[in-house]
Amino acid sequence: MLVEILFWIFASILGLSALAMIMVRNPVHSALLLVLCFFTSASIWLLMEAEFLAVVLILVYVGAVMVLFLFVVMMLDITIEEVRARVTRYALLGGVVAGVVVFQLVSVVWTRSLGIDVTTGAQAQPATYSNTAELGKVLYTEYVYPFELAAVLLLIAIVAAISLTMRKRAGLKQQNIGKQVAVRREDRVRIVKVPSHKAAPSAPAPSEPFPSDKGP
Amino acid sequence: MIHLNWLLVVSGVLFAISVAGMFINRKNLILLLMCVELLLLAVNFNFVAFSRYLGDINGQIFVFFVLTVAAAESAIGLAILVVLFRERRSINVEDLSTLKG
Repeated sequence: MLVEILFWIFASILGLSALAMIMVRNPVHSALLLVLCFFTSASIWLLMEAEFLAVVLILVYVGAVMVLFLFVVMMLDITIEEVRARVTRYALLGGVVAGVVVFQLVSVVWTRSLGIDVTTGAQAQPATYSNTAELGKVLYTEYVYPFELAAVLLLIAIVAAISLTMRKRAGLKQQNIGKQVAVRREDRVRIVKVPSHKAAPSAPAPSEPFPSDKGP
Repeated sequence: MIHLNWLLVVSGVLFAISVAGMFINRKNLILLLMCVELLLLAVNFNFVAFSRYLGDINGQIFVFFVLTVAAAESAIGLAILVVLFRERRSINVEDLSTLKG
């Protein structure tokens, strides 16, 4: 009974914050309301005994993705007037589409129970059950290849994001490794012949000290 | 005990709200990206609910991969957004009509 009450409290907070997120004008408020959405979703996932995913949702989404969103929103100084100048012509159409989507999903859910016995699988797990251990067992045996692919995908995302946003600035000093490796001795070293004694004073004095010792 | 149908209805409502948000905020690129995140969250709800009620852990593995792809997607999307803003000084979708035929 307590679980049901908590579920409905969290679900109503989730719905209200999602509605407020798409309605508010300020993008910073939108991002913060989306953080609230993720927190309440993580709470509902905890009620469903998906503990690992609830923690990952908070760590990855609230800790990384939404902070990135907030950084970008605050870095680009978008004036509120520019955001306000949107047309609300499509708000009615959006409401109609959302209503149709809700109607279709709810009608499907309520008329067909999809052949699933909703009571058998949902018994509470014993206190020694570890959701993380179960996930890890499957993830590192059956799904190890997709797991590695996901790691490569994240690496590609890092490289792409950095190479997209990196700016070439004028006057920036940087190494050119290829040039450093390909350098020869003749490019750097110049043999200078220094006379060990001064010339006789009768000879004409050279205008430059060592004029004949240019490098090759 | 939470009924499976309640979870599916909550997920469907969340999905519909984010679709409506794409229609309403169709000029602001940042809000569009946020609506995509909310949409993926609604889909993940379904995966977690069915994984719980079928007693099958594979659904949660799927949620894990969806979270990975969504994180990569938002990182690259925001990078493109920053480059776009540097180029055009605007994130209005209607200013991005260069490819219009």
